[in-house]
Amino acid sequence: MKHTISVLVENHFGAFDRVATMFSGKGFNIRSISIGETEIEEISRMTIVTEGDDQIIDQVVKQLNRLIDTIKVVDLSFAPRVERELALIKVAVPKGAMEEIKNICDIFRGNIVDITNKSITIEVTGPPDKIDAAINLMSAFGIKEIARSGIVALKRGEQVRILKEKNITT
Amino acid sequence: MKNSGQVLAGADIFFECLRQEKVEYIFGYPGGAVLKIYEHLYDVDFLKHILVRHEQGAVHAAEGYAKASGKVGVVLVTSGPGATNTVTGIADAYMDSVPIVVFTGQVSSHLIGNDAFQEADIVGITRPVTKHNFLVRDVKELASTIKKAFFIAASGRPGPVVVDLPKDVIAAKCQFSYPEEVDLRGYKPTYKGHTNQIKKAAEVIAKAKRPLLYVGGGVIMSGSSEELKIFARENKLPVTMTLQGLGAYPGTDELSLGMLGMHGTYWANRAVDSCDVLVSLGARFDDRVTGKVDTFCTKAYKIHVDIDPTAIDKNVVVDLPIVGDVKHVLAELAAEMTNKPDTSAWLAQINEWREECPLSYEDKDGKLRTEYVIDRICEKTNGDAVIVTDVGQHQMWTAQHYKYNSPRSNLTSGGLGTMGFSLPASIGAAFAVPDRTVISISGDGGFQMNIQELTTAAANKLPIKIFIINNSFLGMVRQWQELFHQEKFSFTDLGASNPDFVKVGEAFGIESYATSDPKEVDGLLDKALAVKDRPVLIEFKVVKADMVFPMIPSGASISDMMVKRLNPKRMT
Repeated sequence: MKHTISVLVENHFGAFDRVATMFSGKGFNIRSISIGETEIEEISRMTIVTEGDDQIIDQVVKQLNRLIDTIKVVDLSFAPRVERELALIKVAVPKGAMEEIKNICDIFRGNIVDITNKSITIEVTGPPDKIDAAINLMSAFGIKEIARSGIVALKRGEQVRILKEKNITT
Repeated sequence: MKNSGQVLAGADIFFECLRQEKVEYIFGYPGGAVLKIYEHLYDVDFLKHILVRHEQGAVHAAEGYAKASGKVGVVLVTSGPGATNTVTGIADAYMDSVPIVVFTGQVSSHLIGNDAFQEADIVGITRPVTKHNFLVRDVKELASTIKKAFFIAASGRPGPVVVDLPKDVIAAKCQFSYPEEVDLRGYKPTYKGHTNQIKKAAEVIAKAKRPLLYVGGGVIMSGSSEELKIFARENKLPVTMTLQGLGAYPGTDELSLGMLGMHGTYWANRAVDSCDVLVSLGARFDDRVTGKVDTFCTKAYKIHVDIDPTAIDKNVVVDLPIVGDVKHVLAELAAEMTNKPDTSAWLAQINEWREECPLSYEDKDGKLRTEYVIDRICEKTNGDAVIVTDVGQHQMWTAQHYKYNSPRSNLTSGGLGTMGFSLPASIGAAFAVPDRTVISISGDGGFQMNIQELTTAAANKLPIKIFIINNSFLGMVRQWQELFHQEKFSFTDLGASNPDFVKVGEAFGIESYATSDPKEVDGLLDKALAVKDRPVLIEFKVVKADMVFPMIPSGASISDMMVKRLNPKRMT
């Protein structure tokens, strides 16, 4: 089963590398990984989508926790959460297809971010299955290139109280 | 002593930090990137620098020091090749959870990434084999980084920490202050076990009919041998130990079953297979212990005490995990034991197994065998020596035959299985515990892997007993070739190319002897053990093709245990 794991790490040189090294060294699978800043300057959030049975996911979470630079590790898979991914999809524009592409783009609430005679680049944001669906429909026109950001996720509702739980002084 | 608040150069700060950490010895080797540190070392009088002859030797020496003393071992090497030469030792320390701090020189900050002379990305290289590592980018971070490094190495589940020191950082100056405490928000080891879990464990153990304690290196590291003794004896619980656990419980005690696993005793493995409650204390269900996981200890309720949560449910899923320091947990567990289990029938059963298939070897043919040598060493030292073994057959025979009385007596490379460990590790141990007898036991193969450290032993007049078990083969590999690889003895016969070890020893200025006669063993041991002011080397020329039994083949079950050679005609 796929799991979305949110990891708060020290915004240090090498922290990302430690996480990636752990995954490859232990033979765990990474489906997607994203990293960015948070509301606290010296903390970054990584969102990792991984796969495995319960024993493997248990190990993934424990091994992540074991790294000195990780501050908090939460498996969001069973929590109500918001998951979003951004994709840039560059598609060919066959003669007369422009309207149809624009329609599909509208249906997915995408934005056209670049356009030439021969191609059009669309930005789509949403849960991963929405991105999959957009790509699927666009593929009829001929996809030239795709860039996906990987998932970012947050628990719905109340904030995960990192600051209290880990006695973080900022 | 330099005062807090003084403006100091990085190299001075480095030594002030080591003073604060009460470092007694550094095992090191100088070079370009650490010249500044060595310049300052020249005037340092509160610690001793031990010059090794290869950086791998420095790390094993620091491991030997740490394992024998319980303190953090310290290594200092230069950048590039100096740093990369430490990697095997660091990986070894990582696998066996040995607290060491390795300081590596690095090229100047502005050259990092330029393929500068003697540059290696040691922080990148050692990331998967360290508990943590640091590149110090600013002299202002030097003191706090060193503080963190020692704290991380020694606390929780111990392990190696690398601190990479660029040349310019060491030369730069700043105001010195050593932090009193470390607070790492991402690192808070759990020492105290969960009270309800411990209560539950006590209830389960009290009701057990066939309980068994399975003891690993964690008991030694946490200093809980006394707690273990009390707990086992008061509740009449049999104890089996992993390779790293040997010494945690006295080997001669009637409750000791010796080692379990691949080359464990017949009775220990039978007990594991038949027990109804298995209590794992500071052990990690390593594959050399479990064999085939599906058939390992299937009848038992499993309790697992470990300070490292990742050790739990990693290889074997257990019924009752307790995350915590064994010392705390054992003390609490002992206090919770209001009822004691009745284990008399179980202990009688184990004794039957003991008699059914004892550890035995041929001793009537006048030929010299490793088991005999180890038995004699054990007898002559009363099981009180610090025994530093290498890797292979002699290591397993030592584990089977040497009855360790006390913890921190068995120093060996377990997890990584690093040949060449013994000689340098024994050097570290000799510095750590100068009042104890330190015996290095290596095979003829492993001995040659860090043979250069004979210089270090001789130069420091260390009274190490350097014993070489020479069977002219890479014996353990040979054993597998005979058993599992169609007797293709591919590149394991060292006999014709081995050097004359006595001449080697003498070339290093070490008194050296050799024998192939069992009748000479006692005399030579007496001679070696009497020497207190210099190393002595003895080469024991043993039979060539002996094999270690019992043996549970890799990935097999206890029912597949081989207790004797299948093809006795090969015995020489």
